[in-house]
Amino acid sequence: MKLLNKRPVSLVDKPMRYCPGCGHGIVHRLIAEVMDELNIREKTIGIAPVGCAVFADEYFNCDMIQGAHGRGPAIATGIKRSKPECIVFSYQGDGDLASIGMAETIHSAARSENITIIFINNAIYGMTGGQMAPTTLLGQASTTSPKGRDSKVNGYPIRICELLSQLEGARYLERTSVSTAGGVIKTKKAVRKAFQNQIDGKGFSLVEVLSMCPTNWGLSPLESAKFVDEKMMPVYPLGVFRTPEQ
Amino acid sequence: MPEIRVDETHCKGCELCTKACPRQCIIMSDTFSVTGYYPAKLGKPDCCTACGLCAQICPDLAIEVWK
Amino acid sequence: MSEKILMKGNEALAEGAVRAGCRFFAGYPITPQNEVPEYMSWRQPEAGGAFIQAESEVAAINMLYGAAATGIRTMTSSSSPGISLKQEGISYCAGADLPIFYANVVRGGPGLGNIAAAQGDYNQSTRGGGHGDYRVIVFAPNSVEEMGNFPKRCYELAEKYRVPAMILADAILGQMMEPIAYDFDPVDPKTIPQPAWALGVSTGRERRVVRSYDLREGELEKLNNQRIQRFREIEEKESRCEIRDADDARLILVAYGTSSRIAAGAMRMAREKGLKVGLFRPITLWPFPKKQLAALAEKGKRFLVVEMSMGQLVDDVRLAVCGKAEVDLYGRSSGVPAAEEVFAEIERVYKTIEANA
Repeated sequence: MKLLNKRPVSLVDKPMRYCPGCGHGIVHRLIAEVMDELNIREKTIGIAPVGCAVFADEYFNCDMIQGAHGRGPAIATGIKRSKPECIVFSYQGDGDLASIGMAETIHSAARSENITIIFINNAIYGMTGGQMAPTTLLGQASTTSPKGRDSKVNGYPIRICELLSQLEGARYLERTSVSTAGGVIKTKKAVRKAFQNQIDGKGFSLVEVLSMCPTNWGLSPLESAKFVDEKMMPVYPLGVFRTPEQ
Repeated sequence: MPEIRVDETHCKGCELCTKACPRQCIIMSDTFSVTGYYPAKLGKPDCCTACGLCAQICPDLAIEVWK
Repeated sequence: MSEKILMKGNEALAEGAVRAGCRFFAGYPITPQNEVPEYMSWRQPEAGGAFIQAESEVAAINMLYGAAATGIRTMTSSSSPGISLKQEGISYCAGADLPIFYANVVRGGPGLGNIAAAQGDYNQSTRGGGHGDYRVIVFAPNSVEEMGNFPKRCYELAEKYRVPAMILADAILGQMMEPIAYDFDPVDPKTIPQPAWALGVSTGRERRVVRSYDLREGELEKLNNQRIQRFREIEEKESRCEIRDADDARLILVAYGTSSRIAAGAMRMAREKGLKVGLFRPITLWPFPKKQLAALAEKGKRFLVVEMSMGQLVDDVRLAVCGKAEVDLYGRSSGVPAAEEVFAEIERVYKTIEANA
């Protein structure tokens, strides 16, 4: 009997401390598998955000830097412009990328920095205990929108792929999800494209991954996967929003 | 015979694999592991085809797929 | 050693950094330092380095955090409000022990203030500036020559101690034109040894992590204690000052940057009138030259601090002097005094020395 799925070398061999059913563990593994397959582990530098994935610097088996909230794309710019031979990725959540870091997100795309951004959209702030995110759905409860997000007070959720899609510098934008095994397989393909684009010098690539946050949604992991499919996907449609060929 | 092996020290009992399996081969144990979770396990011995979908969705790399 | 060139302070600063091996500049326009990014926008590509006009001062300092983590000499510059924006990023660099270099060309404040010279950012610069327990090395030039030659000293000390280093200048220094000769040969960045902590291609070595946090019980305190040791060493060894005509002086002016030039003019007027006045100019504001200043206090001198603020440097002078001498303040908050005004104050204070003698 043969083992069909070896643990990727690009993942440090230690248990990840994310919650049961959290999407971070899935996407970490996909990125690591892509790093192994593209043989880029030794020249990859990853940026861990502020958020639950602050601990990502313990899990990716490559040079890592943990940076200020939202500033991943700026940090990536600094690294990539200094060491263009390295593959640089910024791993970010929705507070990091779409709230405090919005300017860095938009401008690194506008400058078409040759970097890869993996954006985990779970429509809530995880690490700080469940506050509203820019991506929180209308009607969705959070600790700072206890009666559910009300557009009159809190405005409307932000669709990042759509927002960035009108920037010429944003070369590859795709939204996927990890709520089903099929979604996970598609996410890996997108992550691989996003890294390959950087290797090929094609410019800014971003994958937005709809993900589960059972703890702060107050749902079981299985219910959370359903929430992604039934409630998040209508607001955040999956698909490719920009390709380098455009 | 294809099978999955679940590492009980990594499994957090999230149950995502039970839904991912297209043949409903996976069930949750009714005894908890050393980490305090109720881990997943193969429910029916002849069920698994080593399709690997459970391992795809497992967030904790707890499932080994053997063929 | 270069030939003498007539340069504007801001440009001499930028050129000095490039000659010292800086190959990464990120900045944002703000008066009165716009010449720095403008100069870098052509000088960096010419030198084979990177220039980015960032989307904000916040983005620029974070670009530096990333670039500096790869082991290269970096620079950003701004003026007071923009430096405030950078404080979180500077704290991150201090918390990750990254040797960045930056310049504050100070303008009037607080708030949007004005675009004239001021010295209201002394406290911010000499107490770290951002959150947490740390210090940055602060050099205070008072001429275009020092603007151009101090960046190299900043890089060397920053890298030796793994502490951020900055130049504290002001609008006058940034805008004035004076002849400058660079007192060092241009540094080829390839000759600078790659630090053992720098990120990059990890073939043949363990992976490296740059971070500014440690959540494990007791570990952050240990890390801070190690830093404090380095700060103590810097204070022991690296403070610099210039002392003029202090031996027979009964009144010593204390001033840095542009204020030191104004004070020097007032001192000349005083000496012409037979008043025995000297000048103590701190060149590093942190580490503050406490011992050198305290030595003068022992000899029974009196001090008059001249600064373009409501009184920030004066606190450090009082701390150094430790009650052994009287310290007066001539402070102008977002005002630039003429030498005659400082001289009038010298005369007033000097009379009280003679009255008490």
